[in-house]
Amino acid sequence: MYDTNYHRAKDAADAGKKLRACDDGMYLSGGMTLLPTMKQRLAAPSDLIDLTYIKDMNKIEVKGKEVTIGATATHAEVATHAKLAKVCPSLAGLAAHIGDPHVRNRGTIGGSIANNDPAADYPSAMLALGATIITNKRKMKAEKFFTGMFDTALAEDEFVKAVSFMAPKRGAYAKFPNPASRYAMAGVYVADHGKGDVRVGVTGASQGGVYRPKDMEKALSKSFEPGSLEGCKVDEGDMLSDIHGSSAYRANLVKVMAKRAVVAAAG
Amino acid sequence: MGIEGIGARVLRKEDKRFITGAGRYTDDHKIAGMHFAAFVRSPHAYAKIKKINIKEASKMSGVAGIFNGKELTGDGIGNIICGWMVHSKDGSPMNMGAWSALATEYVRYVGDAVAVVIAESLEEAQAAAEAVEVDYKVLKAVVTAEQAMGLKAPQLHPEAKNNVIFDWEIGEEDATDAAFAKAANVVELDIRNNRLVPNPMEPRSALVQYDAAEDHFTLHTTSQNPHVARLVLSAFYQVAPENKLRVIAPDVGGGFGAKIYIYPEEIVCLWAAKRAGVAAVKWTADRSESFLTDAHGRDHFSKAKMAFDKNNKITGFKIETLANLGAYMSLFSSSVPTYLYATLLSGQYNIPNIHCNVKTVYTNTVPVDAYRGAGRPEATYLVERMMTTAARQLGVDPAELRRNNFIQEFPHQTPVIMAYDAGDFGASLDAAMAEIKYSDFEKRRKKSAKNGMLRGIGMSCYIEACGIAPSAAVGSLGAGVGLWESAEVRVNPVGTVEVLTGSHSHGQGHETTFAQLVTERFGLPKDNVQIVHGDTDKVQFGMGTYGSRSGAVGMSAIEKALDKVEAKAKKIAAHMLEAAEGDIEIKDGEVMVKGTDKKLGWHEVCLGAYTGHNLPEGMEPGLKEGAFYDPTNFTFPAGCYICEVEVDPNTGVTTIEKFVAADDFGKIINPMIVEGQVHGGLAQGIGQAMMENAVYDDDGQLLSASYMDYTMPRADNLPNFHVSTTETLCPGNPLGIKGCGEAGAIGSPPAVINAITDAIGHNNLTMPASPQNVWAAINDGGMAEAAE
Ligand SMILES: Cc1cc2nc3c(=O)[nH]c(=O)nc-3n(C[C@H](O)[C@H](O)[C@H](O)COP(=O)(O)OP(=O)(O)OC[C@H]3O[C@@H](n4cnc5c(N)ncnc54)[C@H](O)[C@@H]3O)c2cc1C
Repeated sequence: MYDTNYHRAKDAADAGKKLRACDDGMYLSGGMTLLPTMKQRLAAPSDLIDLTYIKDMNKIEVKGKEVTIGATATHAEVATHAKLAKVCPSLAGLAAHIGDPHVRNRGTIGGSIANNDPAADYPSAMLALGATIITNKRKMKAEKFFTGMFDTALAEDEFVKAVSFMAPKRGAYAKFPNPASRYAMAGVYVADHGKGDVRVGVTGASQGGVYRPKDMEKALSKSFEPGSLEGCKVDEGDMLSDIHGSSAYRANLVKVMAKRAVVAAAG
Repeated sequence: MGIEGIGARVLRKEDKRFITGAGRYTDDHKIAGMHFAAFVRSPHAYAKIKKINIKEASKMSGVAGIFNGKELTGDGIGNIICGWMVHSKDGSPMNMGAWSALATEYVRYVGDAVAVVIAESLEEAQAAAEAVEVDYKVLKAVVTAEQAMGLKAPQLHPEAKNNVIFDWEIGEEDATDAAFAKAANVVELDIRNNRLVPNPMEPRSALVQYDAAEDHFTLHTTSQNPHVARLVLSAFYQVAPENKLRVIAPDVGGGFGAKIYIYPEEIVCLWAAKRAGVAAVKWTADRSESFLTDAHGRDHFSKAKMAFDKNNKITGFKIETLANLGAYMSLFSSSVPTYLYATLLSGQYNIPNIHCNVKTVYTNTVPVDAYRGAGRPEATYLVERMMTTAARQLGVDPAELRRNNFIQEFPHQTPVIMAYDAGDFGASLDAAMAEIKYSDFEKRRKKSAKNGMLRGIGMSCYIEACGIAPSAAVGSLGAGVGLWESAEVRVNPVGTVEVLTGSHSHGQGHETTFAQLVTERFGLPKDNVQIVHGDTDKVQFGMGTYGSRSGAVGMSAIEKALDKVEAKAKKIAAHMLEAAEGDIEIKDGEVMVKGTDKKLGWHEVCLGAYTGHNLPEGMEPGLKEGAFYDPTNFTFPAGCYICEVEVDPNTGVTTIEKFVAADDFGKIINPMIVEGQVHGGLAQGIGQAMMENAVYDDDGQLLSASYMDYTMPRADNLPNFHVSTTETLCPGNPLGIKGCGEAGAIGSPPAVINAITDAIGHNNLTMPASPQNVWAAINDGGMAEAAE
């Protein structure tokens, strides 16, 4: 690891100020992605601004169907939050299967969506849940936030403060893990918001990062059952391909996982 | 057996320190004035080194020296050797290219070391290594064995034309061809044995302490065989004469073969410590370096055919194998695809004619050498996939085809050198079939089909050769060393015992099982026995641990030394008790005159030996004996593994529903430890069958170079294993031991693949059977048939 300076942000304003004051600073949350990259000498920020000491930024609030999750809430906190598990069990279940206990106890929802790894789990949920991403500067819809693999709409000194959404009527996440890393090789989040509003978020599979398959959403909005997906086509040409999964295999997985998510949500 | 003697499930003595974090591994050792080494490694698979510029790097803080390959060879450090000479079938010696511990002119794989930086801290060493500028002329690389032999392939070493190292054969080709000419049926099979990264939990490490006043080196290192390391480092690499080099392999966290060899890093750290004039140098591989530089395993491609007569008896077996040895010949690389592989191609079967041709080639990949099983998994995979393929083609049950061809009488001379001494193959087949409820399988298959799942069953009746091996025999086959083992039993004046052994424990539990031999012999508690190993200053000599040899060979040496101790103790006791030597019995820590109440405590006899006050006329005082044991034959563990799987045709995900292992390891000293060895071996074998795969791209970049991409088996990938043993004693050694360290990894891959191919209904599947590969195989055809 290269030398770096470590700072703790006191509050949101302090975090932005600290970042702007340094040469080549980066925000740090759980460090589960950033620190290994630094240890491999692949990233060399001059300064790290730790967000996890900002008071109450890890708070999870559930008011009726309205859910707000603070950016520094760990995966473990999301997985085990009793009220959240009641109104949106699919999201708690998603968090419970990220990485391993170490990762879940350190990694945060803010870090995960800010990183927008094409194989990360949360981004699919943000799209399917129609979440709003709240930063230190503004609010935006998830569609606006995720702009492509490892890419978001965040400005240099901007960071995620929280995410909020209305819990769906029913929903489920089906993940096909990469056999080696156990990140998603195809993860499909299906959320039925009622009144024919079904949203689907697909992660792990596409070259463009997380996306919403419009044809699946349309088919499921008409009839929320796995059979509805039969006619939907996943374009191989858009899919990622690597030693674990060809684009054809991934295209197949997206469909299989989508069906499984529908079965689970309906069940 | 007593509660701690032979056959007892004694908990492992060493586990207290291992599971409380009190183990002392190489990297845990610190020495005042210790510097750190960082290697400058090639990012290219094949390139010519044009220039190395260290100007900026050498000015950086903490740097004590930066050295390159020309300086290394200039100081007389010898090239890295291959310790086993293999001759091609035309009689010519193998075409070995030069391997310098630091590359001099060319780099030949990604990770090949070009220079070393010695600095005060690890961070300073790494920073300076990054600042070393190497100017390369990048050359076209070749990564597969098939391509390496191609006409237009890049040539890696001037010594090896077309990159061929040797073209070797075993068995009678004419007789085998004649058998095929007369065959009623011929079964053919092309088969690939996937390349593996060994992945011991502890990465390789070296810590050199240099005493300038004495010109003496101490090397702590992650070695399975510290004495061999010292011998090679001094005799061939000329880093120091043996009496000026102490090698210590302290706690070592797994080896699996990868820690047999003496790698460039140890050589360079020894040489560089002296050259830089520092007191000590430490290097520990990071995980990326482990992936890039630990010797890989397997990587064979074979074309095989088997001839049967009209009674389905095998009449001939013919194999052509291509083995990828990587960029350089590692220490035992030549023996693995030859004498450790082709000599097992008879499997458990009576095969009158076998011929195998093996070509080995250089490629721009990390060297390939022995990895748990070493050659025997490759042989077993070939034989056992062939048997199942044949059974399907001939329309007979795979179990019955095997049984029909089992060797029934021992000793049995195979056409490929090995003379099997004992076994009962039917017994392990019966045990495994009963445990898995083989006869009810079709019911289970139907039930799975109802749920849309494909169920399959597959078996593997493996035999392997352990206890390597009679020194004269291996010498005649080209080995550069003898493969005996030594032991010394030191009884202290108070009766406690130290056993010094040339075997090395890096996970096998020797500190427990070796102590059980002493416990059995004298009835002492195991905690009164200390096992000393892994230090060339303490143990006189030894050949180390690999090839499941520590039981059959290492323990045999201990038994021999114990015989001598027992004989002397009895003489002393007889003298002290004024009885006949033949009437003395040692039991439960007491030395007694049979049939009387006359006795002494074991400690009294030991004290007597050391006071020397009352010894038989002319006897030397003391109670310490050594022995060397040279095995009389290989040993032949064998068994039957049956695997039952369920495949999800939608995703290709395969679940092992049940895995049964019935092994014959001969005498078992500690069943708990043996089961642990089998479990670990099965995990590795199943890992090879379904998960692990070292993949290089066309440019020679290792794509599976971290755990993000290299699929290690995890607990949730594995079923609860049903393991059992049957026993035929090995007639060749005093305890009747065969060996159990590698069987799991050797026997399991074909059982798994036979099960999956049974489930999907065709043979068109390559290892590893990852979800993607299984899904692709299903979609290649044959699915409807399997789902019936
Ligand atoms: C072994 C392992 C397995 C894993 N498995 C999975 C898996 O199965 N599924 C999955 O989805 N993920 C997985 N992860 C990733 C894990 O979820 C990480 O926690 C997550 O990707 C990053 O979160 P973090 O809090 O650790 O962020 P950090 O590592 O601290 O930061 C990551 C990036 O985001 C930036 N950042 C951090 N917080 C914020 C913020 N609030 N606003 C703006 N930018 C910010 C940082 O500057 C950095 O660029 C795994 C990680 C590991 C190590």
